[in-house]
Amino acid sequence: MSFSDSFFASKFNLRAQDLEAYLSEALSQGGDYADIYFEYLATSTISMDESIVKAATQGVSLGVGVRVLSGERTGYAYSDDLSPEKIRHAAKVAACIANGPAKVDKSSLQEGLKRNLYPVLTAPNELGFAERLDLVKRAEKAARAYDPRIFQVQATYADSLRHVLVANSEGVLNFDRQPMARLNVSALAREGNGSPQSGYSGGGGRVELEFFLNEKTPEHFAREAGRQAIVQLGAVEAPAGESTVVLGPGWPGVLLHEAVGHGLEADFNRKGTSAFSGRIGQQVASPLCTVIDDGTIGGRRGSLNVDDEGNRSQRNVLIENGILRGYLQDQLSSRITKAAPTGSGRRESYEHIPMPRMTNTFMLAGESDPEEIIRSVEKGLYCANFGGGQVDITSGNFVFSASESYLIEGGKLTRPVRNATLIGNGPEALKYVSMVGNDLKLDEGIGVCGKAGQSVPVGVGIPTVKIDRMTVGGTA
Amino acid sequence: LTLLDIAHDSIQQARAAGATDSECTIAEGEEFSAQIRLGEVETIKQAASRGMGLRILIGNNTGSSYTSDLSSEGVKQMVAQAIELAAVTTADPFAGLPDASEFGSIPGDLQLYSADVARLEASAKIDIARRAEAAALQFDPRITNSDGGSFDSHLGRRVFVNSRGFSGEYNSSYCSISASAVAKQNDQMERDYWYHSARRFADLEQPDYIGRRAAERTLRRLGAVKVETQKASIVFEPRVARSMMGHIFEAIEGRSVYRQSTFLADKLGEQVAASGITIVDDGTIPGLFGSQPFDDEGIPTRRTLVIEKGVLKSFLLNTYSARKLGLKSTGSASRGVTGNAGVGHGNFYLEAGTRSPEELIASIPNGFYVTELIGSGVNIATGDYSRGAAGLWIRNGELAYAVSEVTIAGTLQQILMNMEAANDLEFRGSVAAPTLYIPEMTVGGR
Repeated sequence: MSFSDSFFASKFNLRAQDLEAYLSEALSQGGDYADIYFEYLATSTISMDESIVKAATQGVSLGVGVRVLSGERTGYAYSDDLSPEKIRHAAKVAACIANGPAKVDKSSLQEGLKRNLYPVLTAPNELGFAERLDLVKRAEKAARAYDPRIFQVQATYADSLRHVLVANSEGVLNFDRQPMARLNVSALAREGNGSPQSGYSGGGGRVELEFFLNEKTPEHFAREAGRQAIVQLGAVEAPAGESTVVLGPGWPGVLLHEAVGHGLEADFNRKGTSAFSGRIGQQVASPLCTVIDDGTIGGRRGSLNVDDEGNRSQRNVLIENGILRGYLQDQLSSRITKAAPTGSGRRESYEHIPMPRMTNTFMLAGESDPEEIIRSVEKGLYCANFGGGQVDITSGNFVFSASESYLIEGGKLTRPVRNATLIGNGPEALKYVSMVGNDLKLDEGIGVCGKAGQSVPVGVGIPTVKIDRMTVGGTA
Repeated sequence: LTLLDIAHDSIQQARAAGATDSECTIAEGEEFSAQIRLGEVETIKQAASRGMGLRILIGNNTGSSYTSDLSSEGVKQMVAQAIELAAVTTADPFAGLPDASEFGSIPGDLQLYSADVARLEASAKIDIARRAEAAALQFDPRITNSDGGSFDSHLGRRVFVNSRGFSGEYNSSYCSISASAVAKQNDQMERDYWYHSARRFADLEQPDYIGRRAAERTLRRLGAVKVETQKASIVFEPRVARSMMGHIFEAIEGRSVYRQSTFLADKLGEQVAASGITIVDDGTIPGLFGSQPFDDEGIPTRRTLVIEKGVLKSFLLNTYSARKLGLKSTGSASRGVTGNAGVGHGNFYLEAGTRSPEELIASIPNGFYVTELIGSGVNIATGDYSRGAAGLWIRNGELAYAVSEVTIAGTLQQILMNMEAANDLEFRGSVAAPTLYIPEMTVGGR
């Protein structure tokens, strides 16, 4: 598809020369670089709770953001009105970050090379509601049927279709159509007068609705949520203090996201405020660890054809055999540090300034048999599932919350334990990785990453991994 | 067209399209943000935006929609989208607008808007951010870097109209200063911050003070060690104690109560906290961030005693959760532009106790003064509590040395039953708590 057939060109009569004029306005006060980002986002959500469809919402937001860079300075303005006057006004406001005569010879816009990592012909929200409603009903029913001790089930289906267009003063012109769909199930189980225990499962990606009919069905997520809630009914207190920890494959990759991913974002490193600043080439993990951030995996939640600054996403090696190799760049950081772009500039919406962000972050598979890893642990904790995590970028301390974990006793998984937080230090924690499984698995597509008030969808993945030392925040 | 006109128009269109009831929320805002780093302007952001949401009912079926496009075309599409969804949801006898007798707005000026914020020039705002950061950088040679100083302001307008005759609007203002300092000692790097926000510019703390506090807080984290795993007394400074109030709110808000997904669901009238603990929600205090004249369903806000001397007196409820529980709304409906109204709080606070923080600390032979918590390891259904923590170790009644990379764990049930509030309550946001003392929790470390 060429620009003239693209969403914004056809729906809003936007022409390449209009974009060039807005960019000229943005650079009229002497800025070094300008970009303009158009976004149209349609979302819908259907939610079932207490066995009825309680809520259904849909809507549209659209707007445009104009950014001007002048040295290390950023000027930003946006408008939810796409009339030429309002866009020009936003460009004028952003322009004022610089102070002087116009100096950049703006390149004429060239459309970027096209590719499609998520060839979704019909996005789910281009369909009627009947099919989507059916997914929620199936999920709800299957979760209730899983076990009579399950007394509350909530099933939510949410999708979105985002059209974006980015043009910049270096001549880049890119546009993309970004579908997303997700189905979640949460279940509460209770035994007698005991306290309720919860289970949660969900997934999706940049997929067509068929994904939920053929690959990951509503029943799959429902059974998983039910299973977790029932397992927790028998949970004992989690241990407190240092322990050997084995992470199961898949979603526990959130460890990588918190322990190293955020610390390798170029903004913190350029400013010297990350625990990883100045450590390129140094050993920051055991030689068994190779960590990748890859925005190009087909259909994944964290994948992007182009990032929100118009650069193509790519596969970036962050840590190779334990050695720190590179940071995740946005336009500003790569300009200042003269580093090559990594396709990692992302923003929550047109109201937000792009920042370096992760896409799909995972560790490459190793050679160990997962069962052999568990057998090698005399006493420790096996973590199968996590809730969220958080990191203090500067000290490097990070946490993540284990929502399903088991004691390992004598090389075997024994009892499930109650929710506990695990804590470690980014540049140190992965040095204690002593075994890496051959079973790399990516998560099912539920990740949301928050940074400086902006949320973006991400993916994570990890094989079974043994960490010899980590602090577990239980009570026993 | 005014925002009120647009709102009324959407209600009329919804009625014409077959809605038996409807309500419309519009939010309009102007934001400004300046960030300074190492003395130079880093970012200036400036914009205005609007958004609008609609909830309709056809009988007992609900549909909702939203748009950022307030043109007649945009409103028309929004109405059609909400109507379409009423056929998707199930008829729910508890769904619907409040009764007409419940609508209203509290009288008098709540002082939610101050013109001094609107009058402030961009150059003055930038200068304030610059001064806050400079004060942090100049405080001590160990402050080697900075995450910057910033000034943010927001002017907002909120409109709410429904098909049963309620119509209301109010303006609000907000401004804040923050500074974030980075200190280095040997191989260890630490960062901390301080900020203040107010509805009136004149009420803001001075930028120099903000910067100095940020620097002091950062410096006291240097040299942090990981302590041994043990049981210890815990003291939460007020900034951290506020997070505990957040968990208590989640445990008493209507939706988690009727779903039985909170450990406090069946505890109305029972002793759930120490006898010295009183928790109040009050949306009527002039000038505070948790105040508004009516809630997001058009019901007047009020003062609700949630926990009195340790006894659970009331949940916080919107209309839906109140009907589910056979109770009355507490004027706690809260919504953004998208979706349906959930339950929110006004100024949700823990009343001050009698001992000063200094007295509390002086009484502790071995304990942990917590200045930061990270992670989300709190389960409202079970009450299990486990979070990452940093702060200062208390030895023989004195703050002795910095601690980091540890966890604290216990249960919300035990924490509530044993906690004591100090006398330093201060409102710095819509959730407020004084310094909090918890006699014993598990500290996970070496």
